[in-house]
Amino acid sequence: MGNRWSGMFWSLLFLAVPVLGVATFAVAPSYDIWLPKDVSEHGRSIDSLFYFILGLTGIVFIVTEVLVFWFLWKYDGARTKAPATFIHGSHALEVVWTIIPAATLLFLAIYQMNTWADVKMRRPRIAPTVEVVARQFEWRLRYPGRDGELGTPDDIFLVNDLHVPVDEDILVQLKSMDVLHSFFLPNLRIKQDAVPGMKIPVWFKATEIGQYDIVCAELCGWGHYKMKGRITVESREDFDRWLAEMEARQEATQPEADATAAEVAAVP
Amino acid sequence: MSTVQAPHAPSSPAVVTPRTGQSLSTFLSTYVFSKDHKVIGLQFLFSTLLWFLIGGLLALAVRWQIAWPWSQVPVLGKLFAQEGGQMSPEFYTMLFTMHATVMIFLVIIPILAGAFGNFLIPLMIGADDMAFPTLNMLSYWFMWPAFIAFGASFFVEGGAASSGWTSYPPLTTNVASSPGSGWGQTLWLLGLTLVGVSSMLGSVNYMTTIILMRAPGMTMFRLPMTIWAMFITAILQAFALPVLTAAGFMQLTDRLLGTGFFTPEGNVVNNLATSTGGGHPLLWQHLFWFYSHPAVYIMILPAMGMVSDILTTFARKPLFGYRPMVYSIAGIAGLGFIVWGHHMFISGMNPALGITFMVSTMMIALPSAVKTFNWLGTLWGGRIQFTTAMLFAVSFVSMFIIGGLSGIFMAATPVDIFIHDTYFIVAHFHYVLFAGTAMGVWAGIYYWFPKMFGRLMNETWGKVHFFLTFLFLNGTFFTMHILGAVGFPRRLADAYHYETFHHLQPLNAFMTWCAIGMVATQIIFAVNFVWSMFYGPVAGRNPWNANTLEWTAPSPPGHGNFDFQPVVHRGPYEFSVPGCEKDHLMQTDPPDAHSAALAAAH
Ligand code: HEM
Ligand SMILES: [Cu+2]
Ligand SMILES: [Cu+2]
Repeated sequence: MGNRWSGMFWSLLFLAVPVLGVATFAVAPSYDIWLPKDVSEHGRSIDSLFYFILGLTGIVFIVTEVLVFWFLWKYDGARTKAPATFIHGSHALEVVWTIIPAATLLFLAIYQMNTWADVKMRRPRIAPTVEVVARQFEWRLRYPGRDGELGTPDDIFLVNDLHVPVDEDILVQLKSMDVLHSFFLPNLRIKQDAVPGMKIPVWFKATEIGQYDIVCAELCGWGHYKMKGRITVESREDFDRWLAEMEARQEATQPEADATAAEVAAVP
Repeated sequence: MSTVQAPHAPSSPAVVTPRTGQSLSTFLSTYVFSKDHKVIGLQFLFSTLLWFLIGGLLALAVRWQIAWPWSQVPVLGKLFAQEGGQMSPEFYTMLFTMHATVMIFLVIIPILAGAFGNFLIPLMIGADDMAFPTLNMLSYWFMWPAFIAFGASFFVEGGAASSGWTSYPPLTTNVASSPGSGWGQTLWLLGLTLVGVSSMLGSVNYMTTIILMRAPGMTMFRLPMTIWAMFITAILQAFALPVLTAAGFMQLTDRLLGTGFFTPEGNVVNNLATSTGGGHPLLWQHLFWFYSHPAVYIMILPAMGMVSDILTTFARKPLFGYRPMVYSIAGIAGLGFIVWGHHMFISGMNPALGITFMVSTMMIALPSAVKTFNWLGTLWGGRIQFTTAMLFAVSFVSMFIIGGLSGIFMAATPVDIFIHDTYFIVAHFHYVLFAGTAMGVWAGIYYWFPKMFGRLMNETWGKVHFFLTFLFLNGTFFTMHILGAVGFPRRLADAYHYETFHHLQPLNAFMTWCAIGMVATQIIFAVNFVWSMFYGPVAGRNPWNANTLEWTAPSPPGHGNFDFQPVVHRGPYEFSVPGCEKDHLMQTDPPDAHSAALAAAH
């Protein structure tokens, strides 16, 4: 069935999978289609885990896909005269290819636990830097005023414009006013859903001054795509100056600020 | 014994009695309200292929918006003229919601269990029909109200459901939260429940049939992998589905009666307060994924089974590791019930609980790996025939490797923080569901088409179809991995206003062109399919020289399937038995066929 060229052609098509697959990943970074710059402290361990898994799965990918190609090439019925090997399996091989992946996967599972715990479980024992309240389709922010405490009359309210000091532990208290949202900071390797009825702590330490995106990553309605914020990482002095400025501006428009305050404070 | 007698395998084709003077009622009972599993299987096949087309067009509209946001939509643009030919963001959310809904609930699940399960189970175990033919007929006819519910929802006020196929509350429970959360969502829940009823009816039928109606000699460990996969899928359905049905009703009462299972106290969306509270949005996610994770295996195990059978036939070689293959399907099914939380790593679920789900998810990659190695083992040392069915089957293996490996990134909780809800996830499930299952389905169609219609499909055009689909699918979906690596979020009508993503439009345009090519390629398939039904070369009983029981029946089999009582003497994969004159021994060949052949040769 089929001539000798057709089998070669199809085998090579399957060889194209690992070749082009690897090429795609190799070329992508030079077009900047790759992990965005990491500016967080914990991001390093997330990225290195990503690279570790990429290396591991990359090897498995190349080996298995090349085997697919090689078996198709070598055992092409149109080009081989040898009869097929009559074999129903191999106990030894089954054991080997069960134990090795099992051990690898188990290792991977244990290896990553610490990073996860750092990002999601070992919360710094500090007061919240800022409260983020998600709503359709914006990020409402509340900074504790001079008293350092949320929920007091000197709180400062803002929308979509998050500022944090560099190289300091930041604790965000994440809430939602209406539906699910997700607080996604690509450059800080942070993502956490905001859930109505829950107060979820999110923490990070930004390591580089600059402005970065805040993206909503959980479908929240028709305007989900435009639920955009910005996070500004700045020096302690700049941050303090900015906060004071915001406070002054809020006092100038007190009634308006009171209204927002009442609305945000009502969120359970 | 020197002569080979095969008393139960007549060589003459079955006598088909021509029906004269067919009345309307016989027409209805033969082709419409038929209780014949083959007719029901084909009804499922035609319906799901039609929905496949609709789902594909929805996908193109989604891709159009992602590649060229807010630009005039060609052709389809006329349908929503009120927006001046460009789509609104709420229309876009509806599109991807309904694309996924159609593909999952109206195409993949019913085409595997409904079409192939129905057609193949009785034939491959040597039964004359399903255990409960009436139930079987109902399982198909329960799809119709579902088709109508989903179909009609496009035309109600606010449009069809638009909260994602996952339907997370409160977006879905508060009618003010989005346009599609009105009637569209109610109809969505209704349709889902009806699809569930259909699946459940099929599922109990398949289990009973496989347990009780196997031909003499067909022990469980002589079943072809297709049947094992269908069997375990049926069990998965039976145990997981009630949870989804219950959750669906809870969401329905939340919406219609204000029960508040999924809404916390005092929840206000868009100025509309929910009357009661005391519920929790995460409850829905737990219930939904408790079904929908097992469901992803419901969406691939049957394809794995079919691919195993096709690979052996065209490698002319026994399946490598039959029992490990069975055990790994069972392992996937078992573990499949304790990994649902991997969809909720960053949902607000307790992060400590996340760790247990991470470990179980890592472990579920193991049976998938074992299956892959055994498929490779099956190819090794074979005499491979490059038929269209074989090409699709091999591509299933090649593509499933990619989908399985990307799963490991996402199972790693810290990495999932970054890639959750990005295109990396979209890449993952399209590699398992489209590049995996859909390619497996095509393999199955090219392979069993002669049994279904008595004629072969055109191989040349089949290969053109394969080649183009394979090329375009990788162009569309492989690139999604690197898009996901940037963090490009899914479900955004326009992401280019973000600094992080502004440069990704050309890549998305490339992917959309590939997607258009992929859908267009299916015209070749459709023409080949219809043309071959009537004009393809006549196939005969066993065009592929395969071993399993369906190939002993006439093509297409008449009512009652077999024109003799099949008796099974061996497993399904006795290819290239040394010293045997034929290169394969069918399951019904007499036990001494092999030694008789040897004796005759001496
Ligand atoms: C090797 C085994 C697999 C592993 C380790 C794995 C892991 C995962 C994980 C962790 C997620 C959640 C990612 C996230 O949302 O952040 C996921 C999503 C998904 N997986 Fe898999 N998976 C595997 C195989 C499969 C298979 C075989 C299928 C289907 C046939 C499948 C279908 C899906 C689907 C549809 C989603 C996305 C659902 C959604 O959010 O819309 N996966 N997978
Ligand atoms: Cu959103
Ligand atoms: Cu899952």
